[in-house]
Amino acid sequence: MNQIAMSDQRLETPLLEMRGISKSFPGVKALNDVNIALYAGKVTALIGENGAGKSTLVKILTGIYQSDEGEIRVDGDAVSFTNAQDAIDFGVTAIHQETVLFDELSVAENIFLGHAPKTRLGFVNWKAVNARALALLHSLESNIDPRTRLKNLSIAQRHLVAIARALSVEARIVIMDEPTAALSRKEVDDLFQIVRRLKGQGKAILFISHKFDEVYEIADNYAVFRDGKAVGSGVLAGTGQDEIVRLMVGRSIEHAFPKVEIPLGEAVLSVENYTHPTEFRDITFTLRKGEIFGIYGLVGAGRSEICQSLFGVTRPSGGKLRLHGEEITIGSPGEAIKAGIVYVPEERGRHGAVLELPIYQNISLPSLTRTSRSGFLRASEEFALARKYAERFDLRAAALSVPVGTLSGGNQQKVVIGKWLATQPKILILDEPTKGIDIGSKAAVHAFISELAGEGLSIIMVSSELPEILGMSDRVLVMREGLSAGIYERNHLNAETLVRAATGNA
Amino acid sequence: MIRQLFKYREMLLVVVIAILVAAFSTRSPGFARPANLANIFNDTSILIILALGQMTVILTKSIDLSVAANVAFTGMAVGMLNAAHPDLPLAAIVLVALGIGAVLGAINGLFVWKLGIPSIVVTLGTLTIYRGMAFVLSGGAWVNAHQMTEPFLQTPRQLFLGLPLLGWTAIVIVGIMYLIMSRTFLGRAIYASGGNPTAAVYAGIDVGRTRFYAFVISGTLAGLCAYLWVSRYAVAYVDIAAGFELDTVAACVIGGISTLGGIGTVAGAVLGALFLGVIKNALPVIDISPFAQMAISGSVIIAAVIFNARQERRRGRIILRDRGASEEIGVAA
Ligand SMILES: Nc1ncnc2c1ncn2[C@@H]1O[C@H](COP(=O)(O)OP(=O)(O)OP(=O)(O)O)[C@@H](O)[C@H]1O
Ligand SMILES: [Mg+2]
Repeated sequence: MNQIAMSDQRLETPLLEMRGISKSFPGVKALNDVNIALYAGKVTALIGENGAGKSTLVKILTGIYQSDEGEIRVDGDAVSFTNAQDAIDFGVTAIHQETVLFDELSVAENIFLGHAPKTRLGFVNWKAVNARALALLHSLESNIDPRTRLKNLSIAQRHLVAIARALSVEARIVIMDEPTAALSRKEVDDLFQIVRRLKGQGKAILFISHKFDEVYEIADNYAVFRDGKAVGSGVLAGTGQDEIVRLMVGRSIEHAFPKVEIPLGEAVLSVENYTHPTEFRDITFTLRKGEIFGIYGLVGAGRSEICQSLFGVTRPSGGKLRLHGEEITIGSPGEAIKAGIVYVPEERGRHGAVLELPIYQNISLPSLTRTSRSGFLRASEEFALARKYAERFDLRAAALSVPVGTLSGGNQQKVVIGKWLATQPKILILDEPTKGIDIGSKAAVHAFISELAGEGLSIIMVSSELPEILGMSDRVLVMREGLSAGIYERNHLNAETLVRAATGNA
Repeated sequence: MIRQLFKYREMLLVVVIAILVAAFSTRSPGFARPANLANIFNDTSILIILALGQMTVILTKSIDLSVAANVAFTGMAVGMLNAAHPDLPLAAIVLVALGIGAVLGAINGLFVWKLGIPSIVVTLGTLTIYRGMAFVLSGGAWVNAHQMTEPFLQTPRQLFLGLPLLGWTAIVIVGIMYLIMSRTFLGRAIYASGGNPTAAVYAGIDVGRTRFYAFVISGTLAGLCAYLWVSRYAVAYVDIAAGFELDTVAACVIGGISTLGGIGTVAGAVLGALFLGVIKNALPVIDISPFAQMAISGSVIIAAVIFNARQERRRGRIILRDRGASEEIGVAA
């Protein structure tokens, strides 16, 4: 494998090297004797299926977990990270997959928490904090006001704040665990701009993503993990995607979008001039039986907000909703579920899963009326339901009775999707359905979505991933800043049109 | 795995309680006799029942500080009722106690549910209000043993298989609460509402309503305990059970109920209560002054909590190693 490049690299001491790293959790060996090296001025892509151990490695590198065995070297010297501060002191910063931010603090406070610029007297220099936060956000092409409370931001905006936070530290090693998962193409471009700048400054970057186009665009080297083992690494140029996929899953996968053309049925849900006090205005569309209706737009365009109001999480301030021609109002998620509308939220950690409860109880949670008899739960039914969806999506877990909190990010995702599909809805709203899911499982999710549409389910699918939107949708609503920027039919769909509509650049 | 840890924590409590009993019996030989143990259990029954109510509330990320005041008011009400209408059957009195308790619990619950006031604020308020109501109701007077009827006083003392009915009541309540928490929709909703309120809302669970029910359960159990308390101590006055709400919280904390909600089991709460019961009963036996007793009880609570917390951390690491070595369990449930 790339002999020349390998020997080339051997001449140079890696900026950071991990050797023989192992880490076990109850029932799982998350990392098994793993080696990986990061070089100055190079982006290394870390690739692997859900649960392969990527985030665990990141947590060891940032001092959140301690490895059971193995050593970390910075500039060739062995170091030990016993807590998060140690890692920061050695110049490691990270954008974590599950970002932890504080709702009640301002954006600027979130970005500089723990390392705020000080005045000469040792007080926090708020002026500098706000100014630097603004500059950081600007470099991400974002116009978020650093003074707003974090709780007022959308998921994607929070994500940008998390990125800004990681970049606010003077670091030599920057780790990004699925940083693009919530971002649309435009924000990804902005982020990559920054990554290239960091590269130019001689920083070593570890980049984790399930999206191959991004990996090929930004990374120089690759490392592939499978089931906690490092199964291959090298220089990306000249290494084909097939080869990496084969390393990753042990077989090759073809991911053609399994969209099945089915005749669309009658109108199921009509949304008429739907308006929210702050998030969106005058949204009108009809959803038909068997249709996959895509919603595309930039971060903050109001896509998730529409879904949330259709699901009764928030109330619209105007407009009408008709289900099978009859006008309805949806006051709570409970009412929506009863009406056969379910919503798979984007932010699984906060909205989707009860992390302390076991997998099977999470999957059965919205379906308890079906799995219980006169108010009493039946564990066997719950297990049967859970097993069905766990198998369907190839859920990797030690057992169905382990708490969801112990699963890898992508596997938590699968639990949440399974949980909602288990309710047997009529209208399914999917918010970024494959966010954080590896390519093998992604194909399974897409196939399943198609199958559901074929069974006559109506599906609304919000996605920032153009290939997914283009490959799966019958029609696409493009949103820009809370307004509709047009609805496009399948035969008029192409990437350029959608992006132009979403950004407003004619 | 968290589950397994908690199973372990409960085992640990069982072991600690057994060691305590053994240690005390070296100082006082009769301590570990079955009759004495039955006596301790009987003596702890009320705490067990109240702790289960408290647990239900804490699991939903709330707290009920008004349980003891509820006991005082409801106890006063049923004491006076018994004194005024001696011919009223005991069943009616117990029903009245349950009813009043449930209403007081529902008041807490309504404030939390409908007005969204934090439960600690609501129940801190009703704690004083309910006791104040007990004073208004009685004018500060006591209801004494001679005013109470024979069935009212004697029924909980009837022995059945060596254990008074009071103790059996606790056992039945433990059984019912176990069923509710592990086998019913409501139980699952309680865990989900505390574990992740937002996700619970998305799953169609009405978190506010669930909290309301938790308070009603806590209030109803407090109502039951009000009768049991007045009957056991054969007196009703404004200050009964003063401060007892803290014992219920302590029992929960010792039993591993997370004060952040969502984590904890019936067995944990029961063992936490028993642990406190054993300590309280043992200290007088080994001749320790009442003041020292209070200080010791308090220290033991803190020590137990610290011990529990540390133990859990260390245990976590050990299990990690063991499991890692024994490899996969496999996706079978
Ligand atoms: N805190 C934990 N307790 C128990 N098991 C854990 C814990 N964290 C991770 N694991 C397990 O370790 C394995 C690796 O998880 P990790 O999060 O590193 O995967 P990942 O490669 O980041 O996957 P994804 O692409 O889904 O984010 C998984 O099997 C996961 O269930
Ligand atoms: Mg991960």
